[in-house]
Amino acid sequence: MKEIVIISGKGGTGKTSLTAAFAYLGGKDVIVADCDVDAADMHLLLQPDFADSDDFYSGEMAVIDQLECTQCGKCADVCRFDAIPIIEGNYIVDPLNCEGCGYCARVCPSDAISNVDLNVGKWYVSDIKTGSIMVHAKLGIGADNSGKLVAKVKMKAKEIATEKHKELVIVDGSPGIGCPVVSSLSGASFVVLVTEPSVSGLHDLKRVYQLVNKFNIKAGCIINKSDINTEISIQIEDFLQKEEIIHLTNLPYNENFTKSMTLGQTIMEYPDHHLKDLITKSWNTILQHIN
Amino acid sequence: MKIAIASGKGGTGKTTLSVNLASFLAEQQEVVLVDLDVEEPNSGLFIHADLIHEEDTFKMVPDWKEDHCTFCGECQKVCNFHAVIQLGEMIMVFPELCHACYACSELCPTDALPMIPKKMGKLKHLKNNRLHFIESRLDIGEEQAVPLIKKTQKYISEQLNGSFIEIYDSPPGTSCPVIEATKDADYVILVTEPTPFGLHDLKLAAETMKELKKSVGVVINRDGIGNDDVFQYCENEQIPVLGKIPNDRRIAEIYSQGKLIYKEVPEFRLALEKITAHITTLCEQQNHS
Repeated sequence: MKEIVIISGKGGTGKTSLTAAFAYLGGKDVIVADCDVDAADMHLLLQPDFADSDDFYSGEMAVIDQLECTQCGKCADVCRFDAIPIIEGNYIVDPLNCEGCGYCARVCPSDAISNVDLNVGKWYVSDIKTGSIMVHAKLGIGADNSGKLVAKVKMKAKEIATEKHKELVIVDGSPGIGCPVVSSLSGASFVVLVTEPSVSGLHDLKRVYQLVNKFNIKAGCIINKSDINTEISIQIEDFLQKEEIIHLTNLPYNENFTKSMTLGQTIMEYPDHHLKDLITKSWNTILQHIN
Repeated sequence: MKIAIASGKGGTGKTTLSVNLASFLAEQQEVVLVDLDVEEPNSGLFIHADLIHEEDTFKMVPDWKEDHCTFCGECQKVCNFHAVIQLGEMIMVFPELCHACYACSELCPTDALPMIPKKMGKLKHLKNNRLHFIESRLDIGEEQAVPLIKKTQKYISEQLNGSFIEIYDSPPGTSCPVIEATKDADYVILVTEPTPFGLHDLKLAAETMKELKKSVGVVINRDGIGNDDVFQYCENEQIPVLGKIPNDRRIAEIYSQGKLIYKEVPEFRLALEKITAHITTLCEQQNHS
């Protein structure tokens, strides 16, 4: 089984629109995983039915039983996260600051502190309009551990692929270089980097590629909105050549991406033959490289 | 006055608004602009200023002292993050998983796991006339943005007078780095675009800020594209729309070159003037209370 991961470093370069287009092209043969669990948007284009769902628990939070608490203050002394302030004379855990390390509970002499499992989100398995299956998730507000939810979504997508004898999983990643991105890259067969020719686009591409390089994964790149700044577009092409990243295609600045999104469609369903041709060619190039 | 500029969705214009608003305000008053999107910091590409301070930033991680260790297994037992693992007669520490809670170090009966600093990134402080700019940059391979965001905020509270307006360019999303970047803010500006993705992620961001009990305003970027659903949502939720930035290819081009937009596009300056008026009112209210 092969796994294609789409990331960008910078947000808003067109990852999700392109992943949805690839999902459409791959049709029944491709299982889709939306691993941008912080801001999952792919369901707006692929119309999942949310058929199957489950809660996702990860990490813990301290809770102080006020009846058992003797106000000794040891918990607050050992807490490195300033998560146990005194409010109206009582030691209270601040859920926003508590990292769930459990140190306070270990030192409490009266066993007044327990750790509760945190429900940090929900994940779903859905039938989608391409005739295939999508695994997606919704991270709870302000939740930690998005990396673990990403790992869960990917694992589930791979399980389904194995079960249904599908050879390909495509993964929509999140922006940045932190834990969710690291988690989406692990085990990938090919990475598609989506960038744009702006000072930020180039800067973020270089940073995220350093991370991809650490994983030693073959990469290809799509330069979106390539005609916004030809000079930087050429700098990006030079960078791709130097790093031996496959230059998949250049896509023009084109509002049809937004127009199709507003209709709840992937760009492959929208009457823009030029864009469709370019994306189809990129998809075929990716398939050649992973097989 | 601390103003965080955030958004659920990436690429909606957080950095564009942050750098332009900070530079615009700095024409009249002292402003501190802070780039807290430490994974992909971009504000610095638009700010030209002199470096006045630079430091490596560290997080504390346990360091195994083999000769002190009795292999009692306590460290592995107390670590909730699986960052300390005992393998036979060896203790392995995984710094990228460590949250620096100190439990393993301080509960070790033989002091075999002292905490030592490990570099996680770099902080820079630049200045141009009335504009202070602070940028933190996470090292590639470091997974946790939160400790660096905390360090950066600590630096600001120690080094800069709290009476200036502080503008935080925040990371995208709704998870822990965003919470860390916005939780001390007096006001949060959410930048969105009037598209289905923009609306969906705006809702997530607005719910997150509600949870944090923050007062918020919205700035709509690429106004004219998509549909009216975002406006409708803001009206229903009674979230003020502070300004609208037109959907204009020129803006994308000027941004791509790393230039400030309000200096070249009058409609953008107009949007900034409206946002500034709103901020000024907020500052006055804050001074009264």
